[in-house]
Amino acid sequence: MHESAIAQSLLEIIEQETLPYAGAKVTTLTLRIGKLSGVMPEALTFAFEALSMGSRSEGASLIIEEVPLSIKCNQCGRVHIVDDPFMICPHCEGTDVEMIAGRELEIRNMEIEDGNQGSQTHT
Amino acid sequence: MEIKVVKHILEANEVIASQNRKLFEEKGIYVANLMGSPGAGKTTLLEKTIEKLKETKSIAVIEGDIETSRDAERIAAHAIPTVQINTGGACHLDGNMVRGGLEGFDLDQIDLLIVENVGNLVCPAEFEIGENDKAMIISVTEGDDKPEKYPLMFQVSSVLLLNKIDLLPYLDFDMERFQGEAFKVNPRLKIMNISCKTGEGLDNWFRWIEERTSKKGS
Repeated sequence: MHESAIAQSLLEIIEQETLPYAGAKVTTLTLRIGKLSGVMPEALTFAFEALSMGSRSEGASLIIEEVPLSIKCNQCGRVHIVDDPFMICPHCEGTDVEMIAGRELEIRNMEIEDGNQGSQTHT
Repeated sequence: MEIKVVKHILEANEVIASQNRKLFEEKGIYVANLMGSPGAGKTTLLEKTIEKLKETKSIAVIEGDIETSRDAERIAAHAIPTVQINTGGACHLDGNMVRGGLEGFDLDQIDLLIVENVGNLVCPAEFEIGENDKAMIISVTEGDDKPEKYPLMFQVSSVLLLNKIDLLPYLDFDMERFQGEAFKVNPRLKIMNISCKTGEGLDNWFRWIEERTSKKGS
């Protein structure tokens, strides 16, 4: 439900990061979204499309990598990728467990098309 | 061309929240972020808490609602400083909104600030406001299956108030299931069964929040 606030923050980051590239258009954005973040990729895409209209990100495609939930048990030291958001070690049933992945809300990179030179990709 | 930007999308909010947190620390204010569904009993719990603690602690409240100042009017009737934030559609409060709300207070006079978030079991969990603790309230009428359906809020909360337990005789609420699920999602969660209507269990909550709040000048 808070996808529009997230899309808005995303657009602000894009504006900041692309300041040195006058006239550039954003063509692709890659995000990493944790399974536990409560963000629906479809809703985020929809909000982004709506809010980016008229900006340099209009029409950009959003690539959303979903990050599974991983927990690390501090008792037995094992790391597990889990389906359910339970803070219990599937191996030793310890509860001294920390979440090490699954709450990501990250922008990873963006591809921009320079106003003059057409699309280029550098890595 | 490709631009590498590894950034938390809500970084701007996290920055403001940590500025708020620093300010609260400097002023010696304990801040609780009260979250829960619409109708769970957030405002009623607040009213009870204010009545119990206002003689010994200096309390202020920020009321977050999408529209109307009804809750703020209820709180202000208890003669404590209250600021209403209308989010105008947004489903949560964020660090910036709370920062704006603080302008309505004399922070040197406050021991305890309770922020009543927008009624919602999902979004407020994602947005830090600079609080010391997140407290969530849920009522037995909402059902015993909520911890697994809305895990993030249960996970980020320090304390869970299960409200309206006076209604248990009329419901098929499975307490064992609810508590089992809640502990699986967050083994450190402190669960308190309460009824704001009968007052049952509220002393536990009053003690919990009182222990965390220091009195100015003492």
